[in-house]
Amino acid sequence: MSAPARVVIVGASIGGLTVAESLRDEGFDGEITLLGDEPHLPYTRPPLSKQILAGEWQPDQAAIRTAAELDELGIRVLTGRRATGLDVGARTLHTGDGPIDFDELVIATGTEPRRHPALAEASTLRTMDDALRLRERMEAARRVAVIGSGILGSEIASAARKRDAEVLLVGRSGALGFGGVGTLLSEELVRLHEAHGVELSLRAELVAARPAGTSTAPDATELGFADGTTRTVDLVVTMIGGTPCTDWLASSTLELADGIACDRLGIAAPGISAVGDVAAWFDPITGRHRRVEHQSNAIEQAIAVAGRLAHGAEGAQPVPLFWSEIHGTRIHAYGWFDPERPLAELPKSAELPNTAESVGTVFGSHDGAGELRGVVGWNAPPRDFRTARAAVVTSAHPLVAHS
Amino acid sequence: MSILVQTDACVGAGQCALVAPDVFDQDDNGIVLLLEPDPQGADLAAATRAVRLCPARAIALSTT
Repeated sequence: MSAPARVVIVGASIGGLTVAESLRDEGFDGEITLLGDEPHLPYTRPPLSKQILAGEWQPDQAAIRTAAELDELGIRVLTGRRATGLDVGARTLHTGDGPIDFDELVIATGTEPRRHPALAEASTLRTMDDALRLRERMEAARRVAVIGSGILGSEIASAARKRDAEVLLVGRSGALGFGGVGTLLSEELVRLHEAHGVELSLRAELVAARPAGTSTAPDATELGFADGTTRTVDLVVTMIGGTPCTDWLASSTLELADGIACDRLGIAAPGISAVGDVAAWFDPITGRHRRVEHQSNAIEQAIAVAGRLAHGAEGAQPVPLFWSEIHGTRIHAYGWFDPERPLAELPKSAELPNTAESVGTVFGSHDGAGELRGVVGWNAPPRDFRTARAAVVTSAHPLVAHS
Repeated sequence: MSILVQTDACVGAGQCALVAPDVFDQDDNGIVLLLEPDPQGADLAAATRAVRLCPARAIALSTT
C-alpha cells in the first residue's frame, strides 16, 4: 500500500496529536492537518482534575507542544476549528471555515460531559477552560457536592478536600466505580474517602436543584433528593459520564451507535479511522465493539493507526491501562476485569520481601480458566505492579462478557 | 539525542520502564528515574517508543 498524501485529523487532544507525531516517527512525509475546536494548542487532560484543579499547576504546564515544535514537525494545527460534517465518498471534511479534502481522515473528537437533567447548568469538567472556571469556583466554595461515582467524581472530591471544603459525593448505584475495573474496588474507595472526610451518599437520586443564595453564600444551591431530603451547598459538580462527540457525523454514512464503530484496526470506512474516547473498536476478546475512555488507550490506538497509515503495519490490540491519585493514594490498573469475579490480593514479588515500601497491594482479576486477566496496584511498589502486569495474559481467548 | 524527564508530571504508570528498562526505572513512589540520558541504537528506539507511550508526557527526546 502507498502512503496517503494528505492526512487530516479531527480532534487536537492526546489521541489526535499522537497520530500526527507518530506519523512523523514512522517517516511519513505527507501533509498533516490537525483540527481542534478549542482555542488552545494540544494539552493533556488528566492533570485537569488533579494538579490544575488543586491549583498546583498553571495551564501551560499541561501543554504538550509549542507552536514552534509543531511547526518543526510539519504538523499544521488549526485551533478553534470545529468539524461540521463529513462526505465519506468524496473524502471531504466540512468545517465552520469551509471544506478540507483528505486522503485519510482520523477522527479523535472525544466525548463531552453528559448533563444531569436536574442540573443542566452545573459545573462539569472536560476542557482546560472548564477546569479553570471550576478551580475559581472551588476557591470560593466551603461546601461542595460532587454528583458522579466514577474515577472523575472521586478525583474532584479529592481535589475539593485538599482545599478543606466539606465534600458530599453522590452516586445512585450504591457503589464507587474505577473505570474498566468497574465497582470491584468500591469498598476500598469508600474506606479511602471516609478516611479523608468525604461524606458519601451512594444511593441517592437527585431530583431537583434550586438557587438558594444568601448574602454570605451568594452561589448556594439547594439540592433535593428522591427520598425528600435536601442539602445546601456552594458548588455542585456533575461528573456522570461522557457522550461521544459524533453529532457532526449524523448525516454521514458512518455507523454510529455508542461512538464510531470501527474494525479491530480502527477503520470506520475506507480512508476513515477513529481513535480514543469517540472510537468503538471491534474487540476480538469480547467479540463486540466497545469504547475505552482512558488516555493510554487513545495513545496506543493513535500509534497503531499511524503505523498502518504510514506503511500498512498492523499494530497490537491496546490493553487497557489507567490510573488515578485519590487523596494521595496511587491506583493503577491494567488489563480486563470481570465484574462478576472479585479481585484477589496477589502475593508480593520475591524481589521486594517485606521492606518498608511494600505497604501497598496488588490485586489480580482471573478469568474462569484461572488466567490472570487484569491487575490493580493500590499504592503498590512500582516493581511489584510491573511484575504483575507482565504476568497478565493478553492473548485473545473468549472472556465471558457481562456488560 | 538526549532524554529529558519532567518528574512533576510523572504519574508512575511505568510504561517507560517496561518498554525501555535500560533507559528508565521508577523510584519507590513510581516516579521516573533516568538511567541513561543518551541512549544509542536499540535503547534509543525503545526510549522513543517510551516517549510516545508515556500517558503523562513526562519524558521527551531533545535534539539539542
